[in-house]
Amino acid sequence: MADVVATNETIVVIGGGISGMTAAVEAAETGKDVILLERAPSLGGRVSQLYKYFPKLCHPTCGMEINLRRLRGNRRIKVLTLAEVQKVTGEAGNYQVTATLHPRFVNENCTACGACAEAVTAEIDNPFDYGLSRMKAAYLPFTMAHPQRYVIDPSLIGTEEAQKAKDACRYDAIDLDMKPETVTFSAGAIIWATGWRPYDAAKIQPYGYDRYANVITSVEFERLADTRGPTGGRILRPSDGKEAKNVAFIQCAGSRDRNHLTHCSRICCMASLKQTTYMRERFGDDAQSSIYYIDIRAIDRFEDFYQKVQADSTVKFIKSKVANITEDEATGDVILHGVDTEGYHRYDNRHDLCVLAVGMEPSVDVRRIADVAVDASGFIEVNGPNGAIFGAGCAANALDVNRSVQSATASVLRAVQVVNRVAKAEG
Amino acid sequence: MSDLNTTMVNEYRSNFLKEVEANVEEGRWVKMCMQCGVCSGSCPLGPAWEHPPQEIFMMIRAGKRDEVLKSESMWMCTSCYNCIVRCPRELPITHIMHGLANYAHRLGLAPKMNPTRRFAKIFWDNIVKSGRVNEIELSLRLYFMDGFKNGVEKAWSMKDIGLGMLKARRLNPLGFVTHKGCKDTKGIHRMLKKAREIEDRRKGFAA
Ligand SMILES: Cc1cc2nc3c(=O)[nH]c(=O)nc-3n(C[C@H](O)[C@H](O)[C@H](O)COP(=O)(O)OP(=O)(O)OC[C@H]3O[C@@H](n4cnc5c(N)ncnc54)[C@H](O)[C@@H]3O)c2cc1C
Ligand code: SF4
Ligand code: SF4
Repeated sequence: MADVVATNETIVVIGGGISGMTAAVEAAETGKDVILLERAPSLGGRVSQLYKYFPKLCHPTCGMEINLRRLRGNRRIKVLTLAEVQKVTGEAGNYQVTATLHPRFVNENCTACGACAEAVTAEIDNPFDYGLSRMKAAYLPFTMAHPQRYVIDPSLIGTEEAQKAKDACRYDAIDLDMKPETVTFSAGAIIWATGWRPYDAAKIQPYGYDRYANVITSVEFERLADTRGPTGGRILRPSDGKEAKNVAFIQCAGSRDRNHLTHCSRICCMASLKQTTYMRERFGDDAQSSIYYIDIRAIDRFEDFYQKVQADSTVKFIKSKVANITEDEATGDVILHGVDTEGYHRYDNRHDLCVLAVGMEPSVDVRRIADVAVDASGFIEVNGPNGAIFGAGCAANALDVNRSVQSATASVLRAVQVVNRVAKAEG
Repeated sequence: MSDLNTTMVNEYRSNFLKEVEANVEEGRWVKMCMQCGVCSGSCPLGPAWEHPPQEIFMMIRAGKRDEVLKSESMWMCTSCYNCIVRCPRELPITHIMHGLANYAHRLGLAPKMNPTRRFAKIFWDNIVKSGRVNEIELSLRLYFMDGFKNGVEKAWSMKDIGLGMLKARRLNPLGFVTHKGCKDTKGIHRMLKKAREIEDRRKGFAA
């Protein structure tokens, strides 16, 4: 990547989710040179996979649009996608960041016309829908993807299909000879915004995520509700495609649990509350949402949102951590078993679908990449002895978008101070 | 009620949680319970409990001393360990249940006719006598603990299993005669006495 120049005054941002994008834009707008490295083929991170945002219930594209516009308009930001950071060495004012650039097999000529996708027949799981749908192996990650450029999946390389895709392209944008590259950049300060991933629900054995078709995760439910998602926004359960009007939400699925993640993931209560509004939106008074919880943690201003949902007669709250789930094989219904805390009543409740509000854990094992202090859950310590490596957003804690963005801005302020010091020293 | 009970009532007055922490095996964990309910829902004998473990922990904190110690509930525990495996706070629930049962028994508050308590007592007396369980004697005592008629009925209803065990040589019909104790029965008795002394001293039971 000869066209990327980095010096000790450059700020490298790792991860191009909402936190990384915010950090990159804000650092650049203070006049600093920024390199933004994103592992996926496009920017946006996990927010782009949500149907709507709490608390205002707007579409994630809104916030994203503004950030993208600021980002595109700024010459100081160099964005590299399919760039996976492998190693960070050095110290404040003098870091070396090593990344693998995975081949996209599609160059800048791409106009996103989609001819390559039409030409190929091979299909792969669609990671944007958390595997709930399949897509062509030549694809645009999602409608709003930035950059608007197709990707050829590596599984096509060496097959006739790859050649078909290449032949279909009228802009000479497909280059099947691209190879992975390893590149190293200098940086004065690093903003670490690699975000989170959903906790592996299959590890919560009594809930049978890996055994029952109609036990899904909260991130999958976002895709089901999304009008651009695998079901066109109809809330259909996986086993038989029946409308899921009676849905159970299980809180703390993998969080606040010494067998899984010990921390409270903080946003999953709000996520489930929000998802009950999707139910009402689809099914009106016929919706039945049941939230099984230990206690609802709708932090500070979100209390209003909680109260609104409480006032909705289609939403039931059951104070109980579900003990286990069984499946009625004949119907595919799921049956939740447990004892509630308000009166110790034993229940065996039947639902069409069960949504596990899974916990958030760091998306990468940060310590394998750099020498930084992390807390017991693996999140970067904000006030740790980390030189000029600053955690931002969900790499530093389980946060909602608003708080992620605040934390990104805070990390920019610290990073800017470091590169200013470097600039002064170098005269 | 036993003198020990009076002593404990006076010592802990209104703080049953403190009493449990000090005297019940693993009792110091009780305060860590966050009342999620997973243990109660996970117990295979769940519906048979008057107060499931989650409720017992709450009752302890609420100072319901008599209700807890006189309860049949913790005697329902079969040590399946389902609750321990699932408790998000890693409370050793099984052990606490046995600890509570044992403590209630020592204070003389445990329900006299509770079958688990009675079986435990028969088992203990049996094994202590010679240092080894005399199986045939244990089974017969268990069958006949509610009188002769009841025992015959119970034995009759179990006869097929009994015969099967005889055939498979899992039960020795001559056990009364051929049962051999341990080599040093007296030594075992001395050891048990010592262990009891140590435990009593640790728990403040010593007279
Ligand atoms: C079910 C659910 C619903 C939610 N709903 C809402 C909501 O309604 N409102 C709200 O405010 N919040 C919501 N959230 C929280 C929201 O998703 C997060 O706050 C947000 O995603 C944080 O953004 P981020 O940029 O920190 O992390 P991410 O979105 O995870 O972005 C991190 C980026 O870093 C990249 N990356 C990772 N590793 C590397 C590497 N080694 N090299 C380069 N790049 C890398 C990733 O590909 C990714 O693009 C919800 C969360 C869940 C689980
Ligand atoms: S936010 Fe709610 S569901 Fe998520 S871990 Fe915390 S208490 Fe549990
Ligand atoms: S599972 Fe553990 S934390 Fe939950 S109620 Fe039982 S003892 Fe308390």
